[in-house]
This record gives sequence, structure tokens and C-alpha cells, in this order.
Amino acid sequence: MLRYIVKRLISLAISLIVASVVIFVVVEIAPGDPASFMLGINAQPDTIAALRTELGLDQSKLDRYLSWVGGMLIGDFGTSYTYRTPVAQMIADRMWVSLPLAIYALTLSTVIAFPAGIFAAARRGGPGDLAVTGATQLGVAIPNFWFAMMLVLIFALQLRWFSAGGFPGWDKGFWGGMKALTLPAIALALPQAAILTRVMRSSLLDILGEDFMRTARAKGLSARQALWRHGLRNALIPVLTIIGLQFAFLLAGAIIIEQVFFLPGLGRLIFQAITQRDLIVVESVVMLLVFAVIMVNFLVDLAYAAVDPRLRTRT
Amino acid sequence: MSRNLILGGLLTSVFIIAALLSFVWTPDSVEAMNIANRLKPPSADNLLGTDHFGRDILSMLMVGARTSIAVALVAVGIGMGLGVPLGLAAAARRGGMLDEVIMRMNDLIFAFPSLVIAILITAVFGPSATNAIIAIGIFNIPVFARITRGAALSLWKREFIMAAQVAGKTRARISAEHILPNVANLLIVQGTIQFSLGILAEAGLSYVGLGAQPPIPSWGRMLADAQTMVSLAPHVALIPGLTIVAMVLGLNLLGDGLRDALDPRLKVVRA
Repeated sequence: MLRYIVKRLISLAISLIVASVVIFVVVEIAPGDPASFMLGINAQPDTIAALRTELGLDQSKLDRYLSWVGGMLIGDFGTSYTYRTPVAQMIADRMWVSLPLAIYALTLSTVIAFPAGIFAAARRGGPGDLAVTGATQLGVAIPNFWFAMMLVLIFALQLRWFSAGGFPGWDKGFWGGMKALTLPAIALALPQAAILTRVMRSSLLDILGEDFMRTARAKGLSARQALWRHGLRNALIPVLTIIGLQFAFLLAGAIIIEQVFFLPGLGRLIFQAITQRDLIVVESVVMLLVFAVIMVNFLVDLAYAAVDPRLRTRT
Repeated sequence: MSRNLILGGLLTSVFIIAALLSFVWTPDSVEAMNIANRLKPPSADNLLGTDHFGRDILSMLMVGARTSIAVALVAVGIGMGLGVPLGLAAAARRGGMLDEVIMRMNDLIFAFPSLVIAILITAVFGPSATNAIIAIGIFNIPVFARITRGAALSLWKREFIMAAQVAGKTRARISAEHILPNVANLLIVQGTIQFSLGILAEAGLSYVGLGAQPPIPSWGRMLADAQTMVSLAPHVALIPGLTIVAMVLGLNLLGDGLRDALDPRLKVVRA
């Protein structure tokens, strides 16, 4: 197990280094100098040069890459060009919206997908299964930003149960914040729930064909008892993987939904930073998201290996 | 023929025919504005109503289908064109350095938040249909590489491949002559699914203004334009949205239907 962990740690480190280089290179080849962009078209050349020095843009690419990576290792994500505030602080502020939104959406999708998946698998081939499978087909086909617009049209503009967008802030009370996040969370949860239901259903169906399920029935358990006691537990592994990846995706994937609802989250931060050529913010936030996905994958691999010794010899 | 295959095939062909038809004929011009006739609900003159400039929505959707299909199709082409050879090479040299490097690169691309990178690429190189294609296409490469490698690996253990090796064929020739034809079915099914994901991605990108630029109509931008009018005239948001849903649903059903039709083993399991 130790050998396996060391091997995986080395490949984790390599992945992170390659990812940071790729991000840096892609962002650096972006046309448009941040300094001249900030000062506008009427700026004097020497003013621009002074600002470039101040921002550290006159250093060599390699120096800037090393100081960026070195800074991140000690939790310093640099300083935003546009707002002159530490990027770490900006990310932390936005996390207060993005993290609860991701958790909210994931909770909703899990609450929908678990019963729906189990229901469909238990009635395989029947009308109930057909209805659930059909609904998941529809769920993955609906663009979530359009679904969000429809939710706004019905629940915000017509029924006036929710506001059409914006975020009041948590200091205005917990329920006000949750209310503002409800429609975005539903919009995000719909396709996720559809995917999760499918995974839950097919994973359960795979398990139901296993020998130990027949044994469970043979020793006298009813179909329902066998499903709950033996089937569900074994079917959960692939489902948990998908949940882990969906969580990482939701943190960044809300980018368009945050645009629809004018939510001050991570997605909007990246979107604005890209349009304002605030390169350091773009680099650091993208790196953070990639780091999150790679870490989730790493932890899932480790968890698998801990449960199933056969996996340790592979790779 | 399964129900999925027929329904999916029908839906998909409707959109492809509409897109092709738009090259020679649309009910109305997509550029002529007619402000007096704006935001009209569906009627005999404009079957699906008019948008905020008084343009015919049906005509816009037909021309928009062209953009969506072209972007998604070329993006799938990029994914297949680069991903399949990489997957074949990785399987031919399984366990070796090349295999390791290709698969690690794949994992890495998967780790990047695709939407964020797509937005970054289109913002860096300027918003256009071409850059949307590249942004979506890059993320198709690892999908095809992985699925090709997985299927090819099991084929390499089969007797007929061993026979080809004994006959002295090179790995590259075996990959091209024996492995590729045997994974083609799988690639067609996956291609259909990536096609549908490409349609969704293109809609998302053009919704935030990073897809095809005006005056070229695109489904995503029609929705973005509709956003502020949605309470005045719900049909301007409803109709393009339902169009996207129908196209994506059609492709997914087609993919499922093709999988069942091309792989008889799966059919037995389902029955």
C-alpha cells in the first residue's frame, strides 16, 4: 500500500507541475498587455512602463512563473491587477457563494437521484423504469442556463416567490442567502441529478447480477432486503466517484449559471478577470480548480485501493 | 430497429435537413429587421413568431442549426482525428512509456474545467465560431483516446490479432487494418454522444457571447437576447430552448439506438 501511495504521489506532483505550466503558458500568450489595458488608450508610455514594473510584468517569464508557483505553495496567490487586493482574499470571498451553491446543488441532485435510481433499478424494464430513464434523457438534454431562465420566468417573474438574481450576502441572514441560491441550485442540480440517477441505476443493475446477490436471496432474504443490505452498499462506489467529480465540477461549472443570476461566485470572478485581462486572477483560480479535480481523483483512487487490494498492483 | 433509433434518427434528420435547407431557402430573411413586427407570437406569417428585431424565429433557428451542427461536428472531427490515433498507439505500445505519457496527458486534460478553459481560449484568441470549435474539440481528444485504447486493449489479446502478428504485420498495420474496423462501432456511438455535448457546449459559449458573432444567428445568442424580453414575450426564450433540447435529445436517443443495434450482446442483456 505504501509503495502504491508513493507512486501515486509522484504522479500527482507531475500532474500539478504540468498543469501549472500549461495554465501559465496559455494565459501568457493572451494578446493585450494588462498594464496598457488598465490605463486605457490615452496613457503615456512611461506611465505604462512604471505600472509594468510595479506589477512585476517586466521580469522574465521564467521568474514570473517561479514566483507565481512559489507563492501558491505558501498560500500567496498574488495580487489582482485590477483591484489591487490579494487574490487569495478574493477567492475566499467568492467561495462563500460558490461553495454553499455547490453543496446545495449536490445535495438536491443526490436527494433526487438516489431514490429515482433505486426505484428504476428495482423495477427494471417496467413502466416505472421507463419513466425514470425517459426523464433522465430529458434531464441531460436541457441546457442548464435555459432551464435557469425558465425558472426565473416562472418562479421569479410570474409567481414572485424568489428574486430574479443577485445575492444579499450571508450577513443579511442565513435564509435570505439560501433563498437567493435556491433557483441557481435547482438549475445546476437538474442535469447532475439525471447523470447521477443513470449511474445509480446501472451500478445497481450490475450488482443485482452478482453471485452474492443470488446467495442473499437463496439464504431467504426478500428481493427488497437483499437490495438494501447487500446491493446498495456495493453499488455506491461508482456513485460516490461521480459525486466527488461533480462537486469539483460544480465549483467552476456554475460559471454560466452565475452569469444568469448575477451571483458573485468563483465563476463570475474568472469571467470578469478574463475580460479585464487580470491574468494573475485567471491563473490562480484555474490552478485552484484543476488542483481540486486532481485531488478528488487522487483521493478516490486511494480509497479504491484501500478497499480493493487488487487495484494496488495495477497502474 | 428500436424505438430509440427511429425517434432519434427522425429528430436528428429534421435538424440536419433544416440546416441544409437554410442554405437555399428560409421562410424569411434573417437579416432584414422589421421593428414594427417585433416580439410577435407564433402566427401564420411567422410560424414560430418574431424576435426583438422583428426577425422570423423559424428562419433564425434554421440558420442557427447550421452553426451549431458545424461547430459540434468539426469538434467531434478534431477529437476523433487526434484521439483515435493516440488511443490506437497507446494500445499498440501498452504498458510502455508512450502509453503512460498518452494516458497521463489524458487524465490531465480531464482535470481541467472544460467550460473555464473554453471561455479562456475564446477570450484569449477572440470570440468566433472557429475558436469555439477548437475549445470544444480539445476536450473531445481524451474521450476518444481513452475509449479507443480501452477497446483496442481487449482486441490485442484475441487470436486473430495474434495470427496477424505471426504473419509478420507491423503494429501500425495491425492497428489500422484489424483494430480500427473493430472499434468503429464504438466510435460511432461515442461520436453521436460527443456531438450532442458539443451542441450544448456551443449553445453555452454563444450564450455568454463567445461563440459565433453577429450577424450569424446562433441558438445560444438567441437565448441571451431573449433574456431581457422573457416576461414580455416568453416564446422568444421558450422556442430556441426547446429546439436545443430536441436536437440534443434526438442525438442521445440516436446514440443509444445505435449502440443497441451495433452490439447484439447488449440487446440480450436488455431483454
